[in-house]
Amino acid sequence: MINESRRGFMGKAFGAVAAVGAVGSLVAMKKSWDPLPSVMAAGFTTVDLSNFTANKLEIAKWQGKPIFILKFGADMPEVEKRSVKVGAHYYSVMIGLCTHLGCIPAYKDSEHTFKCACHGGEFNAAGVHTFGPPPRPLDIPPFSIKDENTIVLGEVGPEYTELIARLSTDTNIA
Amino acid sequence: MFSIIVGLIVAVILIILNIVLQKVSFPKEGRILAIIVIMTGYIYWGFEPYAHHEMHPHVADATYTFDGKADVEALKEAGADTAETEAFWAKAVEAASLSGNVAAGKELVAANCTGCHSITSEGFPELMSDADAAASYGVTPPDLSIAGKIYDKNFLAAVIMDPVKAMHIEHKYPVGGDKVFPMPASDWMAPQEIADMVAYLASAASKVPAVETKEGASEFEISKAQNKQVFEAACVRCHPMSYAGIEAKTPADIMSAYIGATPPDLSQHIRSRGDHYLHNFINDPQRKLPGTGMPRVGLTQEAEKQVVEYMTQIGDSKKQEREELGPKVLIYLVILAIFALLWKKQIWRDLH
Amino acid sequence: MAEFEKANSVGEWFDQRLNTSGFWRVMMTEYWIPKNINFLWAMGALLAMLFTLLLVTGIFLLMYYKPDVNMAFDSVNYTIMQEVAYGWLFRNVHGVGASVVFLVIYIHMFTAIYYGSYKKGREMIWLSGMLLFVTFSAEGFSGYMLPWGQMSYWAAYVITEIFGGIPFIGDELVIWIRGNFYVADATLTRFFMLHVLLIPMAILGAIVFHFYTLRFPHVNNEEGEFFDYKEESEKYLAGKKAESKVIAFWPDFLSKDFMVISIFMIFFFYLVFYHNAFAMDPVNFDKADGMKTPAHIYPEWYFLWSYEVLRGFFFDIAGISGKSLGLMAFGFAQGIFMVLPWLDRSPMVKPANQRPIFKYWFWLLMADLFVLTIFGKLPPTGANAWVGFFSSITFLGLFIALPFLTKIEAKMVGGK
Ligand code: HEM
Ligand code: FES
Repeated sequence: MINESRRGFMGKAFGAVAAVGAVGSLVAMKKSWDPLPSVMAAGFTTVDLSNFTANKLEIAKWQGKPIFILKFGADMPEVEKRSVKVGAHYYSVMIGLCTHLGCIPAYKDSEHTFKCACHGGEFNAAGVHTFGPPPRPLDIPPFSIKDENTIVLGEVGPEYTELIARLSTDTNIA
Repeated sequence: MFSIIVGLIVAVILIILNIVLQKVSFPKEGRILAIIVIMTGYIYWGFEPYAHHEMHPHVADATYTFDGKADVEALKEAGADTAETEAFWAKAVEAASLSGNVAAGKELVAANCTGCHSITSEGFPELMSDADAAASYGVTPPDLSIAGKIYDKNFLAAVIMDPVKAMHIEHKYPVGGDKVFPMPASDWMAPQEIADMVAYLASAASKVPAVETKEGASEFEISKAQNKQVFEAACVRCHPMSYAGIEAKTPADIMSAYIGATPPDLSQHIRSRGDHYLHNFINDPQRKLPGTGMPRVGLTQEAEKQVVEYMTQIGDSKKQEREELGPKVLIYLVILAIFALLWKKQIWRDLH
Repeated sequence: MAEFEKANSVGEWFDQRLNTSGFWRVMMTEYWIPKNINFLWAMGALLAMLFTLLLVTGIFLLMYYKPDVNMAFDSVNYTIMQEVAYGWLFRNVHGVGASVVFLVIYIHMFTAIYYGSYKKGREMIWLSGMLLFVTFSAEGFSGYMLPWGQMSYWAAYVITEIFGGIPFIGDELVIWIRGNFYVADATLTRFFMLHVLLIPMAILGAIVFHFYTLRFPHVNNEEGEFFDYKEESEKYLAGKKAESKVIAFWPDFLSKDFMVISIFMIFFFYLVFYHNAFAMDPVNFDKADGMKTPAHIYPEWYFLWSYEVLRGFFFDIAGISGKSLGLMAFGFAQGIFMVLPWLDRSPMVKPANQRPIFKYWFWLLMADLFVLTIFGKLPPTGANAWVGFFSSITFLGLFIALPFLTKIEAKMVGGK
């Protein structure tokens, strides 16, 4: 019956238009779960490196995560490829979360090694995994170098871009 | 009582409407709808516009000439003597109408004002921190860098002559009372000297560069930054605005000792008072809130607009987004309603 | 259990297990509604829609709201209104929805009164509806407190204070309700719980119950006609839809409901975007201050009529204090609509305009409620106080007179 199908069609058309509205409101709902502007704006941490001592781990907080900053001493095997030169010194700047399942490894300064208590993972001073389940070196957060004693975590600077590019082509290390 | 009379009129309209529509065989649902709309409208009128009108009596609209006419009117109404006020404003208006000499004005300002007021753009620095200044004067004196732009000329002249009269706070600082306003009156000055000072302030303000904004800032951001400059100069000595991260320059405890009340945080005043009220109030606080400690600010119409706009940009920051989304949602709903109507028509065709 | 055939479609799979087609038939395609109705019968579905909007937007507000006297105001007016993406939209829909839902509830309620839909078998519909009115009122009141503005605070203060008028236990009751000697953090957190958990659950239950009560008596119709649903539905099923006095809930009745809802949404979202101050009082954008009462305090518009009954008695009568009289009248006003089916002694189920006496009663009541509502907001001074008094008396009088008037009407129409 023509009438039947026409009626069915109008019902479906109405349903379709209503569905468009429902999807539209879902977009608004999705966005309301996004981090707030104030959270996004707080995504930067400035670290003053002037009082750092070699081979002593300092932990900064960036986006709620621990950031390992380790100043290299002359006696430490330097893995230049993963470290960052700020002023006259080299530093490891890494997210302090084990790449296995996210525990925070502890630094044994006598061995120049990070040891993860959770499943026994180990990383060297440059953050490269040397033992246990971690699948890759510790991640490097975006940073930019302001002057010889200051870096800003969260900001993408040229040194960071360069470092990441270097690591991604170098299969030896990462 | 007026509302009852309107109610009776509404009732009569309803009855007539009902009879007429029945006679012309208007669709019944339309008639019911008309009745409901009228009744809803009447209730709405009663608890909104009418109630507002009853609770907030109308006051004279804001004027931006600052010639003291309103003050004189108010005095007349109160049966007080107006001669002194009239003379005062006549002199202020006269001074403001003279053409001033900027160089002479600069010397006068340097000699008379910069002991307390900074004019940072002109190299007259702040002599103490805001808090210390507040502690010694009772309130932090304003920086005068853009005073010549945001304050009306007549008003500036009047403030120099006698701040208490100009700001309309005689009730707080009665002549011979034990409280003395921190800024001394200079009504001994000649009109030409006052004109010179006003001219200097105007020239200083005109040299202040436009507010810098980040490259690529949106129009909204730029206007917000410009408005903020005016707001900070005009209001922030006393009022905080926490939603903009602004603290009052004068600490709250000193402020409340000075004025007898803590000036409110202005973050939500655009919602709680509305822009009409704000304009009226800022223009002359005594008019809306007799006895308030807030002085008349003397902003030009343009500056006052910027202040209120800033309050909107902070307190109702999504206004623009709301006004952009509104039409889209409404158009969508009209389309939805058309489809719903067509579907209903299809279905009900078989039922009749 | 009978042998199971392999299902040919997902629909069939569920049908075998849940009898979905049978359920659909009973609840939808063979749930009968009289044909002789107008758009006022769509108010129920509209209320269901508005409640859904309130629920969904409420959930989104809940994600950022902080029930703490120090944080509540800013969590609403800063975080939600200025920071959260579309937070302002959710709040405006929620605020305007809460106000408009009462407009529709009142239309719905007075439609029922006008058409006599509360009696002769429909008493439970009415009672469950009143349960919804009471729970919605509680929901509206508790929600109004949450933004912790000046109106939130003082409305909460004054309304909880009302319970102090109850003899003997009053004073302690007030403290118990507030959890403090004044309206404080404890008050806010418990009303928060009520607003987001207990009352919504009660409302959901009450809505289901309300729908259930409609099932057997069926909804009323424009002429108050009683007819044989079995006979009429058979006609419908036999394809004689035009002749039948009934229509199916789906798609016939709902297609009209959806139309009314869609049109109403245009009006609703116009208010949401451009005209929301009536639902979100400006005074409430001032932070709560327990040391400073605003110059004018008044409840939301939908409580004004009963508030005015409370205020109406401003002097002592026969040694009873004005305050007590007001409280008693207020209690009376809250409860009296409940028993309406038993106050109306006339057996007539007809639209009010066809009832010789009831029609005057109905329109007088409407007029009186209008006066109460409008004067409920005005300062109760001078002549206003007297208008309040007389309209409150009229309100009480109308309900006291109703059994007698309808008894007379019953005689006039001779049991019809
Ligand atoms: C959110 C609250 C409510 C919802 C969702 C709701 C829903 C409904 C629905 C869907 C119907 C059937 C269709 C119609 O006649 O509109 C209905 C009928 C009815 N409701 Fe409600 N209702 C609510 C509140 C109330 C209140 C507060 C009352 C009054 C005390 C009430 C009294 C009635 C009556 C008497 C009927 C029968 C109408 C008739 O038979 O013609 N309801 N309701
Ligand atoms: S989380 Fe560090 S080894 Fe598993």
